[in-house]
Amino acid sequence: MQSVCLYFQVHQPYRLKKYRFFNLGNDHYYYDEYLNKSIVERVAAKCYIPMNNLLLDLIKKYGKEFKVSFSISGLALEQFQEYTPHVLESFKKLADTGNVEFLAETYAHSLSGLHSKEEFARQIQLHQEKIKSLFGQNTQTFRNTELIYSDEIGAQIADLGFKTILTEGAKHILGWKSPNFVYTNAINPRLKVLLRNFRLSDDIAFRFSNQAWSEWPLTTDKFVGWLDKFDKKEQVLNLFMDYETFGEHQWVETGIFEFMRNLPEKIINHPNLKFSTPAEISKEYQPIAPIHVPNTISWADEERDLTAWLGNEIQDEAFDKLYSVEKAMNGCTDPGLQKDWYRLQASDHFYYMCTKWFSDGDVHEYFTPYSSPYEAFINYMNVLSDFHIRLGNFTAKRESEESNNRNMLQQQEDVFEMLQKFTNVKFSELVKAWSVEELSFLYYESNQALRDKILKVIGKKNFKQIQQYRESTQSLSGRELSNYKEKIRQKIVVFN
Amino acid sequence: MKVLMFGWEFPPHITGGLGTASYGLTKGLLKHDVEMIFVVPKAYGDEDQRAVRIVDASDIPVNYKQKNIQEFWNKLTYLEIGSNIRPYIDPEDFAQIHEDVKHSIKEKEHLILGEKYSFSGKYGNNLMEEVARYAMVGASIASQYDFDIIHAHDWLTYMAGIAAKEVSGKPLVVHMHATEYDRAGEDNINTEVFGIEQKGMKEADRVITVSNLTRDIVIKYYDIPAEKVQTVHNAIEPANKTNFEVQRSVKEKVVTFLGRLTFQKGPEYFVEAAKLILDKDENVRFVMAGNGDMFESLIKRVAELKIASKFHFTGFLKGDDVDKMFLLSDVFVMPSVSEPFGLVPLEAMRSNVPVVISKQSGVAEVLKNAIKIDFWDVEGMADAIYGLLHYESLAKMFIKNGVEEVDNLKWEHAALQVKEVYQRVLALKEK
Repeated sequence: MQSVCLYFQVHQPYRLKKYRFFNLGNDHYYYDEYLNKSIVERVAAKCYIPMNNLLLDLIKKYGKEFKVSFSISGLALEQFQEYTPHVLESFKKLADTGNVEFLAETYAHSLSGLHSKEEFARQIQLHQEKIKSLFGQNTQTFRNTELIYSDEIGAQIADLGFKTILTEGAKHILGWKSPNFVYTNAINPRLKVLLRNFRLSDDIAFRFSNQAWSEWPLTTDKFVGWLDKFDKKEQVLNLFMDYETFGEHQWVETGIFEFMRNLPEKIINHPNLKFSTPAEISKEYQPIAPIHVPNTISWADEERDLTAWLGNEIQDEAFDKLYSVEKAMNGCTDPGLQKDWYRLQASDHFYYMCTKWFSDGDVHEYFTPYSSPYEAFINYMNVLSDFHIRLGNFTAKRESEESNNRNMLQQQEDVFEMLQKFTNVKFSELVKAWSVEELSFLYYESNQALRDKILKVIGKKNFKQIQQYRESTQSLSGRELSNYKEKIRQKIVVFN
Repeated sequence: MKVLMFGWEFPPHITGGLGTASYGLTKGLLKHDVEMIFVVPKAYGDEDQRAVRIVDASDIPVNYKQKNIQEFWNKLTYLEIGSNIRPYIDPEDFAQIHEDVKHSIKEKEHLILGEKYSFSGKYGNNLMEEVARYAMVGASIASQYDFDIIHAHDWLTYMAGIAAKEVSGKPLVVHMHATEYDRAGEDNINTEVFGIEQKGMKEADRVITVSNLTRDIVIKYYDIPAEKVQTVHNAIEPANKTNFEVQRSVKEKVVTFLGRLTFQKGPEYFVEAAKLILDKDENVRFVMAGNGDMFESLIKRVAELKIASKFHFTGFLKGDDVDKMFLLSDVFVMPSVSEPFGLVPLEAMRSNVPVVISKQSGVAEVLKNAIKIDFWDVEGMADAIYGLLHYESLAKMFIKNGVEEVDNLKWEHAALQVKEVYQRVLALKEK
């Protein structure tokens, strides 16, 4: 039996509003809320809701025989929660059927895997937690942003406990080999690698409505006919695509929904074909060989490389500037800053700065809200500059708090040091002027040397009083401590 | 193929972009084996004659009684022209114009005597009179020389082109480098200039515009049939290697405007953008190089905004001073309200200066490595300048790709398109 694996990618970035340099330091809301809301609402109406309903119908009809898998970025989930909660409910219904596998990815749909193992791992964990809390699933399969993959990335994913990863069946890594087998990571053979069959996937995702295409119109019979022609030894047919293919990239008028409504029946009735999720495939099939990917690949553009996001001067500067604060962000507990940190990491921002489309790739133009990559860059850098200012303020504030605490400690030691310099005779005179509370504070907040000194001069009876007092009081706040310290200091000064 | 070409100026005697463009074009045409007779009023004798044979209009004797010219003279409405529409003229030239006026009075007498007469060769108060006389010279030349086609640059030469066509029966191509709408704005159109432009285009067999922006204006406002109008974008001559170095004397970054200080060039938007930037970043200086009728109002505005200590007026720059200014600049801005083409940004890019240009310029149609903004979008302009000054990679990228892009905008390519226009016109004539 050969498995047909349907995997859909769902992502929506937080698009930035026009943010001018003179807003720096004043305006800390970076997003075009109207645009983001209206896009999510539009795509929900055209794609997410009708397609989810269609999948639910199919699952009802075919039960366990029909399965699909999704990855939904954390940023998309956030926007569903914010703008279209009914979409989230609809995905939960799909999750409840048990026929849908949800994959893990980076929370922010980010390029963090290319920059820092720590940030990469943090975001994957964050996404796993989000999937668990919304859909009740423990993720087993990983797919990186834009199917970005290399041997090294795969090895880290294996270390994080994933059993399977998805990536592109790029021609230049496969050579004569077929994408229709299960492979393993070249460094860690425990990680299975599923490769996208880009020809079949793009027949649906890109060519479906192209009337100039020799195979137009694409019918389910024709499509399953192609599947039928594959070598029976082949294991899997991986159809990976953007979920927005349905209804958004290919409009409802193209017949894409009818195609998807009828396809499962043809596949289920075929003697040699069935539907499986990535996790099932990973369990069922023996991998045939390791796949070597020394240089990073992705599913984008003709080149299947990273040049859509990184490589030109402006993309690289923006990327470096973004991650220059990774360390500072680690120590940042401010929820507002954390939110922005993820939203600014979305790969889309770098995609908008791509200058390749000057010569080719109108796909880029279709997706960008900017009129030029330069405008995209300037806008992003302005926002990032403000973000850095805020983070700088936060860090400075925290540091000054810490240094205040240190100063308090310093002053406290000063009091103790002063006391240690007294002779026992003088010290006992001084102690007479103190209340039980003050003595208690002094005894319990000081070091052993001073404690010994205090014990010597006050006698056992008084010590018991101190002990009793201490037991009857709550632990002291920082302000109370410094109040006591100040009182004692004044008394020392007076005594001297 | 031989072309009788009418211009108004030729290097090194240039007051505007027209001379530079017609020079580049003639050089490009030569590479495609097109011969030319280039007529300019008052050749000084030191023009670069490698490219063309320059016929000084002043050298052509005009016989007032020659029949064709007589007819043309009769048809011509003689126009006096007010001083408010002197194109391409700076206040410094006032004195010179005054001289010219005195000249022309004398020359009129010569004309009546049927002798050669001299042109001032500059745009001046007596512009219309010169246009008319140039037309007569045009007819005279057309009857004495042999050529296949006539090519007239800008409205100043259109009457000459029409006259030459009437005398010779050869087809006429007129070249719109600018329109009255660009120069004056919609509300201040000089109807006489407009009339000449329109007449030239109506009489012509083909109209060449320097951009689609200009093409649209020609079709919309001058009522010229679209199929008759073709865009050939201007190009730029390869850079002369500058062998001087300029020492930066200020530590601040420098942002430059270079052009006439007139309505058309939008200098006031540059001033407003400067204010927005200086409010946020004091480490910038703004330079406004040029002269024009808005000079005083701009100075007043700069003072009013209290940015005079960071905003500098240099007056009109030419030759090496322009190159030096570019060497000192970090960003060049061209906020033109209406710019048929706009050569200066290309010169800036050639000197490794990133540019911000208005979308209302013809050059925006051909340039990729430039930030394009609407001229009225002061905030967008300021943001673009700020970005170029603060985010290093952007300027680097523009410099790297910009030089290459400009090097590929060759007159040779533009000239080939012009030659193809000639060929089509001639083929049509034969039918």
